[in-house]
Amino acid sequence: MEADIIKRDLIIVGAGPAGLTAGLYVARAKLDVLLLEKLAPGGQVLLTDMVENYPGFPEGISGFELIDRIKQQAEKFGLEILANEVTSLSLSPEKKLVTTSNRQYMAKAIILACGAFARKLGIEGEELLTGKGVSYCATCDGPFYRNLDVAVIGGGDTAVQEAIFLAKFANRVYLIHRRDKLRATKILQDRAMAEKKIEFIWDTVPVRIIGEESVEAVELRNVRTDNLFQLPVQGVFVFIGYTPNSNIVKNILCLDKNGFIETDNDMQTSEPGVFAAGDIRSKLLRQISTAVGEGATAAFAAERYLDSL
Amino acid sequence: MVMHVTDQSFDEEIINSDIPALVDFWAEWCGPCRMVGPVIDELANEYAGKVKIAKVNVDDNRQIPARFGIRNIPTMILFKNGQPVQTIIGARPKEELAKELDKLL
Repeated sequence: MEADIIKRDLIIVGAGPAGLTAGLYVARAKLDVLLLEKLAPGGQVLLTDMVENYPGFPEGISGFELIDRIKQQAEKFGLEILANEVTSLSLSPEKKLVTTSNRQYMAKAIILACGAFARKLGIEGEELLTGKGVSYCATCDGPFYRNLDVAVIGGGDTAVQEAIFLAKFANRVYLIHRRDKLRATKILQDRAMAEKKIEFIWDTVPVRIIGEESVEAVELRNVRTDNLFQLPVQGVFVFIGYTPNSNIVKNILCLDKNGFIETDNDMQTSEPGVFAAGDIRSKLLRQISTAVGEGATAAFAAERYLDSL
Repeated sequence: MVMHVTDQSFDEEIINSDIPALVDFWAEWCGPCRMVGPVIDELANEYAGKVKIAKVNVDDNRQIPARFGIRNIPTMILFKNGQPVQTIIGARPKEELAKELDKLL
């Protein structure tokens, strides 16, 4: 078995902006590196219609084009990207084993950039009606809701941006938020307030999604009055934050209470030689611009770690 | 090779198919569809002659997505003997899809 193990100095897991940037840096530094990605490169950036706040693109850039450019740039420096899903990790200072669905790899250092996925509400009807009106991706599914009424759950940047996007298609967009004001950045708030199709429902949380064949309504509770009421909608879009893809390191690395990986300022996790970058990291701000910075730092720190061995 | 089926060719190619089929509902503007696209292409080569791997562009073809109540993309529906036997919503790794295809054989 040992002979079948593929050895690399560094393995990066995940090909979103953080992983690809880390790969770009280490490939350019001529390190012996392999990037493993379970699907094609992209990650959550691909859920965005238009990226407006990534520096260098004053007209904005589509998530797909941005990722494609980063990928091309990394491959230009020789980064090898392999479509293979990592199923488990075994980490020790001497030996770091990466197991995928059909192979085993051994590395001296690892950068985890596995990202995060949309958090679920965890209410009745959600699971059952996923794909039947419950969605976590407005850019994917928005066009199916032409002239229909939809609810958007959340009050952060993603929720507000996607509500504005959905207003292009839907008849009416109800933005349902548990507080009495939005967390989203001011420019997005202003745009949402100016959009006639968007109606705000404040201090309210969803308790149940109703429907047989597809979504028919969402049951809501006003958190101040405890009043329950039903809102007839054909779609429910959920944007209430992220769950990290950190299951494979759950009992191996220090995680914060929400499951995000704890690191120091140099992206070093609780295990020497294992670094984390991007959305999977415990941090204040999850953006493409922070992900690429962390990818670069993790790459540099990994290189320094390999030199010290 | 992935087969592109349309509202017109769907029944002939998928419902009346002699072998099982996987139909990937997708669109240009859908990011996760692009992530799963290369996976579908690879599966088409590996399962050639065993499972028909097809794509339906939901922008160009409205009737078939409506018939199967497609509200999210990517959605993949597996067909056996002309009947939908399983629906997979969202992008999935290749090995996971391969496992489902093997169950059809």
